[in-house]
Amino acid sequence: MSETRGAALEPRILALLAEIAPDIDLAAVHPERAFRDQFDFDSMDLFNFAAALHERFGLDIPQRDYRELTSLVRCAAYLRRKLPEPGGA
Amino acid sequence: MPSLGADMEAGTLVEWRIAPGSTVHRGDVVALVETEKGIIDVEAFEEGVVQSLIVAPGSRVPVGTPLALFEGDAIEAKVEVQSALAAAQPTRTAPQPALPDRGRRVSPAARARAASVGVELSSVKGSGPQGVITLQDVEHAAAQKSAQPAAVEAARSALRSAIAASMSRSKREIPHYYLQLAMDFSSAAAWLEQYNQARPVPERLLPAVLLIKATARAAAAKPGFNGHCGANGFEASAAVHVGVAIALRGGGLVAPAILDADRKPLATIMRELQDLVGRVRGGHMRSSEIASATLTVSSLGEEGADALYPIIHPPQVAIVGFGSVLERPWVVAGAVAVRPVLNLTLAADHRVSDGRQGAQFLARIRDGLLHPEEL
Amino acid sequence: MMSYREALREGLREALQKDPKVFLMGEDVGRYGGCYAVTKNLLAEFGAERIRDTPLSESAFVGAGIGAALAGLRPIVEIMTVNFSLLALDQILNNAATLCHMSGGQCPVPLVIRMATGAGRQLAAQHSHSFEGWYAHIPGLRIVAPATIEDARGMLGAALRSPDPVLIFEHIALLNREGELTGAAVDIDKGAIRRPGRDLTVLTYGASLFKCLDAAAQLAAAGIEIEVLDLRTLRPLDDALIMESVRRTHRALIVDEGWRSGSLSAELGMRIVEQAFFDLDAPIARVCTAEVPIPYPKHLEDAALPSVEEIVATARAMVAHES
Repeated sequence: MSETRGAALEPRILALLAEIAPDIDLAAVHPERAFRDQFDFDSMDLFNFAAALHERFGLDIPQRDYRELTSLVRCAAYLRRKLPEPGGA
Repeated sequence: MPSLGADMEAGTLVEWRIAPGSTVHRGDVVALVETEKGIIDVEAFEEGVVQSLIVAPGSRVPVGTPLALFEGDAIEAKVEVQSALAAAQPTRTAPQPALPDRGRRVSPAARARAASVGVELSSVKGSGPQGVITLQDVEHAAAQKSAQPAAVEAARSALRSAIAASMSRSKREIPHYYLQLAMDFSSAAAWLEQYNQARPVPERLLPAVLLIKATARAAAAKPGFNGHCGANGFEASAAVHVGVAIALRGGGLVAPAILDADRKPLATIMRELQDLVGRVRGGHMRSSEIASATLTVSSLGEEGADALYPIIHPPQVAIVGFGSVLERPWVVAGAVAVRPVLNLTLAADHRVSDGRQGAQFLARIRDGLLHPEEL
Repeated sequence: MMSYREALREGLREALQKDPKVFLMGEDVGRYGGCYAVTKNLLAEFGAERIRDTPLSESAFVGAGIGAALAGLRPIVEIMTVNFSLLALDQILNNAATLCHMSGGQCPVPLVIRMATGAGRQLAAQHSHSFEGWYAHIPGLRIVAPATIEDARGMLGAALRSPDPVLIFEHIALLNREGELTGAAVDIDKGAIRRPGRDLTVLTYGASLFKCLDAAAQLAAAGIEIEVLDLRTLRPLDDALIMESVRRTHRALIVDEGWRSGSLSAELGMRIVEQAFFDLDAPIARVCTAEVPIPYPKHLEDAALPSVEEIVATARAMVAHES
């Protein structure tokens, strides 16, 4: 089921992170700092994260855009740009 | 209805010889009953006056069914016994096994399962009879394990000690020699970009997959770097099982193997790597994966160091390191250009191989990475 | 549709028809048609040479049966009940069970002894024994306990084919039980899983089988799936089947109409500890007859014997978990 822009994105992104890396302390995630600087977040985690976003939001993310996924704020901004309007085509 | 034979279960009342109001003495024949063995006279054991006949002639009723009532009779007594029986709880319970006062009470099956999934029994609450820890309790704990940082932390510090011991032993006992080779990673990066662009996210490859396959292929061709060193010296392995160093969040490193990495397609290696990382971080490795690596690969990823000088994991005899891919000056056709440069390093056991062989081994890996379409 | 009694009779008829060396002897088997009517009409069908009424002396006619087997015939000796077999114990244990061994194989005793067994008919302490477990202690004997209609009919034939002395125990509570024959081949070497299950293995035999199946139905309604294994052969025991089941369910409950002390249930428990200890998730349990001479009054006899309620309660306790 594709999610849309409608509801707030940040909590849903955090929920997705928790799914791929259950040992992360979600409450302590700083929204602007890179994930990699806050907890071990390597290329495999990034890959799994991109794959989960692809599956959950129905978005194809080209490899060169992976750098937009490196912090919570950047990731949310990227998704807002890329996702369709709620109720739109 | 009396029991007129050891195996009689029911009888047919054929004829009454009494009627309501009849006086009955002990020994009088009161009825005729038909059984498997024929028609039998039923004698009275009680004395009294008949109040009513309950069962009609021609009826087949089970042994024990009241056939007639005498004045002053009560059927309640019998009913009381029946209901008492029904309400009875089993009192003849077997003696319970004496349980140890100290220590945990764990069923044998639960103990075995806890060992195989790596659950610490001290952290499990027993919910079986008498507080025994059962299979169900261990399985519940195993499922919860990844969400409990405390338990993981304990396991991790045990892991860190184990790694420390192993690395110390390696440095003490294995005579390491080191080689380094730099390469231009641009053709590999371009190939990867093209491969990934044509595919949706879940089907893409990480650069690590190319490193693993190139190393595996090279190891298949140069046996002195692939195998185990034991009491009887070095035993080369025909199969190439590449251990992949995977960092645990919060510290610690394990290197489970991707089996037969030289023969698997890149997409398969990617899937297996993904599965391994997921399981390692979730704490579900299989012992065969840890013990079977014939050489190891360690990559810094994007950490930012040029080169990595790793320590061999005994009983292996080599470990290949990959630094971060960083833009560096590189000579192309006699002029300096900027290229993504990758530094390959080899740490190998000098009892088994020497520098010349090591250099050839690294060169093979590099050549594999220069032609990723052939991997 | 056939009763257990009729199935036993059919097994006898088949055996008598197939092999002229087979004959039946025992008290009241001929003219009376059998104490439990199992052999009714066989005298008329097969004649007095094949269906032989014996004097009231178990030791004598079991001895005669041993002699007939030694001489090359295939006798089926009917001892009215296991309670009376005690009078022929020396013949069974010291002759039938040992002669083959003591003669270095020269004197096999291919004898079949059939006996009624069990309690539940208010026949009181001396006539309600279940000694099949006790007999299963003796090397040189094979002990079988048919519970189903199929086994009632087929085990006799398999027993006659065996060169060993075979004791067949026919529980009196089963005689009127009805069922369908499937025509499947019957052996005397293996147990059978009568109801598969996941949570607990119940090991039982004879009339207790049906109490266990009733208990299984009640437990299933509560979400507990027990596996009911009919031992069928008590000596030798089918260890392979038993352990495969216990390793799968991790729990074992033995239901045996004998008393618990020094019994078949004790033997089974010990074998499970020897062979499947590390697969157990709970202590092995058993439901046996209370350790008293079998009472005469109905309510006391019912209370002394294993009951469906007790089997259900024991199974529930074994799988219980505080939530």
